[in-house]
Amino acid sequence: MPDSLSRDEVAHLADLARIDLTDAELDHLAPQLSVILDSVASIRGVAGDDVPPTSHALPLTNVFRDDVVRPSLTPAEALSGAPEEDQQRFSVPRILGDEQ
Amino acid sequence: MSAHLPEVLTRSAADLADDLASGATTSVALTRASLDRIAAVDGAVHAFLHVDAEGALAQAAAADERRAAGQPASALDGVPIAVKDVLATRGLPTTCGSKILEGWVPPYDATVVAKLREAGLPILGKTNMDEFAMGSSTEHSAYGPTHNPWDLTRIPGGSGGGSAAAVAAFEAPLALGTDTGGSIRQPGAVTGTVGTKPTYGGVSRYGLVAMANSLDQVGPVTRTVLDAALLHELIGGHDPLDSTSIAQPLPGLVDAARQGATGDMSGVRIGVITELGGDGWQAGVQERFRESLDLLVGAGADVVEVSCPSFVHALATYYLVMPAEASSNLAKFDAMRYGLRVLPEGVASPSAEEVMKATRAAGFGDEVKRRIMIGTYALSSGYYDAYYGQAQKVRTLISRDFAAAFESVDVLVSPTAPTTAFPIGEKVDDPLAMYLNDLATIPANLAGVPGISVPSGLASEDGLPAGFQILAPALADDRCYRVGAALESLLVEQWGGPLLAQAPALPSEGASA
Repeated sequence: MPDSLSRDEVAHLADLARIDLTDAELDHLAPQLSVILDSVASIRGVAGDDVPPTSHALPLTNVFRDDVVRPSLTPAEALSGAPEEDQQRFSVPRILGDEQ
Repeated sequence: MSAHLPEVLTRSAADLADDLASGATTSVALTRASLDRIAAVDGAVHAFLHVDAEGALAQAAAADERRAAGQPASALDGVPIAVKDVLATRGLPTTCGSKILEGWVPPYDATVVAKLREAGLPILGKTNMDEFAMGSSTEHSAYGPTHNPWDLTRIPGGSGGGSAAAVAAFEAPLALGTDTGGSIRQPGAVTGTVGTKPTYGGVSRYGLVAMANSLDQVGPVTRTVLDAALLHELIGGHDPLDSTSIAQPLPGLVDAARQGATGDMSGVRIGVITELGGDGWQAGVQERFRESLDLLVGAGADVVEVSCPSFVHALATYYLVMPAEASSNLAKFDAMRYGLRVLPEGVASPSAEEVMKATRAAGFGDEVKRRIMIGTYALSSGYYDAYYGQAQKVRTLISRDFAAAFESVDVLVSPTAPTTAFPIGEKVDDPLAMYLNDLATIPANLAGVPGISVPSGLASEDGLPAGFQILAPALADDRCYRVGAALESLLVEQWGGPLLAQAPALPSEGASA
């Protein structure tokens, strides 16, 4: 794929990212994303195979803590921002389709 | 009509701490003065998204009681502070400048906020920002832009424009910001204030709503270098709640600032980064930068030019690494556990996925959508190696450039931002033009090294503030403060007072921008 994105490809990305986009937004965002992608494409080929990747600025690995009970949020606190709750649980829309 | 500016509001946090210690003032008086100032000018500046007058005054009264009992909780006990709205504050709204978190009140404090409370600093309120810290102008806030106190028609920088403007407009003596690609330093530069991005891991990120977790750092936003050092020492240190927190203590930052303020730079080796200057950089910004360098040379510093060849790829690297991390971090805004929930129109029994899509469509602004989609693309199979994988390798090259440079110099310097503050609206729908603001600040985030921006004066062509950036090796944050304080003292002597004394008076409430 070239370093530009078609309207359909942007619609697919939006679907993967779980964002509904209107037709007007697709028209507006697709060319902008292509320009951004085109500018960051300059990075290809800059570093050779011998260069290790850096995921993190600090060389930290395996940070452990003791496996002990610690204070935590009460159920009321944990649910305080919930859009909907039911019997001390987060209430969510159905997660399966009709055919499932 | 101009708003009256009482002298107490212009004092540094260090001076206010002395005033409190000597009994010359009280925390309630200081907090009330800040709240009155906010009431008078924030209609025009819009630095705050939420002001907690009642809570701040209660904390101030408690601070005064501790002082009266001879038991202050810290040197800054009673000095009020503003907090960027990306940091969780128990009992206070935390929106990150986004509609998706409108009305959310966290049930817990970020570690840095808990430290402020323990140290007795009354929290005035939460400051405006680009949505989820994505931007360089604060125009991407879902709640409207913040205005630069130097010229209300211009941007205050971003993403932490609210914190920088609050401090520049004398609404607060101190503020907290966060810096992922320059969001503390660039607003500092364009508002004539001081801002530090600490060494990655030097300050806890627990309770900081992550944009790009391998780049984000919390840091001080102040009017003087010493104040930044005082606040940095207060919020820094190891936190078991942040697994990327550094265990070893930093060298004394306040001591370094005090030493630097004597103005002696003999033996300090300063490297000017070749790649961060030249064509495309505003002439007046470069002029102030050169002048600052001359002052440091006059104070005994050795200045050499240092090339960091991979820095030319830093912007592209950042705009792959950051969106990749952001697209993953922002997946948690799914309308299920907290924040906005929007039901799709015309769907009888919507599924969780449909609700998620409708909510994210309504709750996120354009820039957040752009970055999530670029990140989703960069991480998708087939493109991962060409984009994200390559960016991670270039990140290694950038770190190597820093390491090589720091073999021959103690600090690296550049102008903080390529231009002074631009007019509101000029770049809001031109993402690439906006991204260029972070050209000089991004390399430090990619490598995890500390950086400070100190005002360097006013650019001759527009009379607006410019910034001088000082970068040091990881864990050597003290060098930023030593050199920063030296430059500040030399410049303040030249100006005959702080730069902000030259800022125009702000209109009082009711007057339009």
